[in-house]
Amino acid sequence: MSDQEMDMEEGGVVKQFMFVNRKAPYGTIYALEGLEVVLISAAFEQDVSMAFIDDGVYELKKGQDTKALGQKNFSPTYRALEGYDIEKLYVEKESMAVRGLTVEDFAVDVTVLDHAEMAAKMAEQDVLISF
Amino acid sequence: MKIGVLVNEGPYTHEASDSAYNFTKAALEKGHEIYRVFFYHDGVNNATRLTEPPRDDRNIVNRWSELSKQHNLDLVVCIAAAQRRGVMDENEAKRQGKDAHNLAEGFRISGLGQLVEAGIQSDRLVTFGD
Repeated sequence: MSDQEMDMEEGGVVKQFMFVNRKAPYGTIYALEGLEVVLISAAFEQDVSMAFIDDGVYELKKGQDTKALGQKNFSPTYRALEGYDIEKLYVEKESMAVRGLTVEDFAVDVTVLDHAEMAAKMAEQDVLISF
Repeated sequence: MKIGVLVNEGPYTHEASDSAYNFTKAALEKGHEIYRVFFYHDGVNNATRLTEPPRDDRNIVNRWSELSKQHNLDLVVCIAAAQRRGVMDENEAKRQGKDAHNLAEGFRISGLGQLVEAGIQSDRLVTFGD
């Protein structure tokens, strides 16, 4: 139970929700359907954050072009998250490094955490949903 | 303890649905409360009553239906994920102009808000799937 949860007197419980994104954006549907849950969670006024690890870091890459795949390019949605008050985007440093990515490659502002810091952030959460 | 369960994979291809079922059954036998089982991604395929495995194999769909009947379990299938994959109840089939429906007994179709709510209301949300 988080401190916020104890502080709430009315209007229901606020929990720390972290959505963990581990997959590249178009090879499977997990990133797209995961994003749908994140957007819905905003309506519940929870303390929402997102973590990007492993191939999940590719979800945030700038300049995605999906025309040849015949799939919808949903990457602009990440830029819209701010409008839903979802501003805590954590990216794992080691996952970026092994894929040759820097924060310049991302379409949104992120907080870079190393492996141990990410583990600590996860340990703080009430609810972890991993896609 | 009050537990929410999230099933993210379909039947048979992955063990996730079997594991979720075994976990849910064991938790109930130990006296825990299962707040809800939510089926997302290919997990919605656990809810089609047209499933017909070989006779010597387990029927994963019927097993969920029976557990639901015994324990009054809330089995919720995500509507958006279900529409993509062709799982629908009678009302939804009518609304979409489809000539058939296939939702198994004990399951209901609802929105993703039911997953977030399960996270809020349960002491633990346990995920099964890749």
